Amino acid sequence: MRLYALVAAGGFRRYATYRIATAAGVFTNTVFGFILAYTFIALWDERPGLGGYDQSQALTFVWTGQCLIAAAALFGGGFSDELQSRISTGDIAIDLYRPVDLQLWYLAQDLGRAALQLIGRGAVPLAAGALAFDLALPASPLRWLVFLLSVALGCVVSFALRYLVGLSAFWLLDATGVNMFSTMLSMFFSGMLLPLTVFPGTFGEIAQRLPWSALLQVPADVLLGRHEGVGLLAALGFQAAWALVLLALGRAVQAVATRRVVVQGG
Amino acid sequence: MEEAVIELDELRKTFVVRRRAGRLKRTRHEVHAVESISFTVPRGEMVGYIGPNGAGKSTTIKMLTGILTPSGGRVRVAGLDPSRERTALAQRIGVVFGQRTTLWWDLPLRDSYQLMRRMYRIEEPRFRKNLDRCVDLLDLGALLDVPVRQLSLGQRMRGDIAAALLHDPEVLYLDEPTIGLDVISKAKVREFLHDLNAERGTTVLLTTHDLTDIEQLCKRVMVIDHGRLVYDGDLGGLHAIGESERTLVVDFERELPPVSVDGARTVRTEGPRQWLAFPAGASAAPVVTALAERYPLVDLSVREPDIEDVIARMYAGA
Ligand SMILES: Nc1ncnc2c1ncn2[C@@H]1O[C@H](COP(=O)(O)OP(=O)(O)O)[C@@H](O)[C@H]1O
Ligand SMILES: [Mg+2]
Repeated sequence: MRLYALVAAGGFRRYATYRIATAAGVFTNTVFGFILAYTFIALWDERPGLGGYDQSQALTFVWTGQCLIAAAALFGGGFSDELQSRISTGDIAIDLYRPVDLQLWYLAQDLGRAALQLIGRGAVPLAAGALAFDLALPASPLRWLVFLLSVALGCVVSFALRYLVGLSAFWLLDATGVNMFSTMLSMFFSGMLLPLTVFPGTFGEIAQRLPWSALLQVPADVLLGRHEGVGLLAALGFQAAWALVLLALGRAVQAVATRRVVVQGG
Repeated sequence: MEEAVIELDELRKTFVVRRRAGRLKRTRHEVHAVESISFTVPRGEMVGYIGPNGAGKSTTIKMLTGILTPSGGRVRVAGLDPSRERTALAQRIGVVFGQRTTLWWDLPLRDSYQLMRRMYRIEEPRFRKNLDRCVDLLDLGALLDVPVRQLSLGQRMRGDIAAALLHDPEVLYLDEPTIGLDVISKAKVREFLHDLNAERGTTVLLTTHDLTDIEQLCKRVMVIDHGRLVYDGDLGGLHAIGESERTLVVDFERELPPVSVDGARTVRTEGPRQWLAFPAGASAAPVVTALAERYPLVDLSVREPDIEDVIARMYAGA
């Protein structure tokens, strides 16, 4: 266990060395947040109460999204690109002979990264949003704590999804298509572009039950206090269930991949 | 008979590759990377495993670590079946892949070693001792706080070798550990490996392109070509079979007509520099003495034959 704690700390510090990239990310997230915020204002002026949010809740949703973009990797990528390139260059050989669990190793490293990026890239945009707009942020510290728990679960789900994307490189010589497709799914079905509750009927129902909603929709609703009591437990349980299912799936795929492992090159 | 640490019995590995043939059609294609290789390595031996590019060296090593499952035959390392007992085996072997690194790219070298300590569950005193020793012998002291991505290839390689040894492996595999290194780094790595084998009795299997590595380190050398073992014996014997030649590169004070000395012949001249070939099994000393007596020498160096040449000659001789 201490090994994986060390790996997580390494993931944290590794991203901490990229100061300029972090600053650039903060700037981009903030600008993107303002653009989305004004779009939402226009939309909610036209349709007040859309998706069950008032305008200030909708804006809170926008800035929560900006806060989580990097941490929950709403655009995909991160370690999965690295995993793919290690598979295609054959460097995966190194990861495989060591007495460690490949999935836990990457999970630890990615959670370390997520923690750094939640602080480094998430806090400032959220603060900027809170200064510029009237957000519906909770006063209760407990609510913030539960929000953090929900974010952590979302990050695990995000990891598990991207782990599958990463492993696809064992079968595909060029994973670009898979990466683009998964990024698109993640951007849309996390609720980053529009809260999923906005979509009517069966489509909306389904969208809210897909794993990507654990990345942003659920944590944002937890922060907004839309889940209380049993409902809150159900929301967290929903995230945990997807995390477990997807991690198990990742393990199964990993077992198949390493059994027929094709470690490329010399 | 000494105890064998590495045992291979008719080991095979066949890769199936699919090649695109036309618009939709794909053809299955088998690559026999390793074809029925058998050998044993007794405990404490340092063996060279050489052969041209694509001969199957890395594939063999991958099967010996357990990351590739053999297509046939039997393999045992330290009594374990590598692919079945990979994690148990990992505690007992060390691996260095010359073209890859096990170190944490963005973080200081020191951090990677802490990771190894946890990964292999090395107790603190043993870890300290081993790390200090490697740092000392591989000259890593000034590098410990440098991020790995800033290290030169030679520095990184030394860092990787240390990383592979912190858990006191009985067996060390090195896949092209000197590839791309400068002369000084190569010498340092060789000296370290020599001492490791001599003092600690670590069994070493070394693949290389560079016959000088073998010359200086290994009494025994195995040659593999097209996935088959074509020679197993000492280096002298290999040279004898192939009648291979070493080359003496000599710089004279000035341009001279091709020189003539007993036991060597001039094969090339370029300005004041001349290349003299002599049998690889013979000593360079008499040739050098004869040259020094009769010609104004400035500098000289000896080059080992290329592996490709040695193998080509072996076939020609057979
Ligand atoms: N994953 C793989 N898939 C298909 N062919 C491979 C794979 N790995 C190695 N080979 C082939 O097997 C042969 C031996 O490769 P390798 O063991 O890397 O040689 P060496 O290390 O001696 O240069 C080569 O022809 C190489 O192309
Ligand atoms: Mg190789």
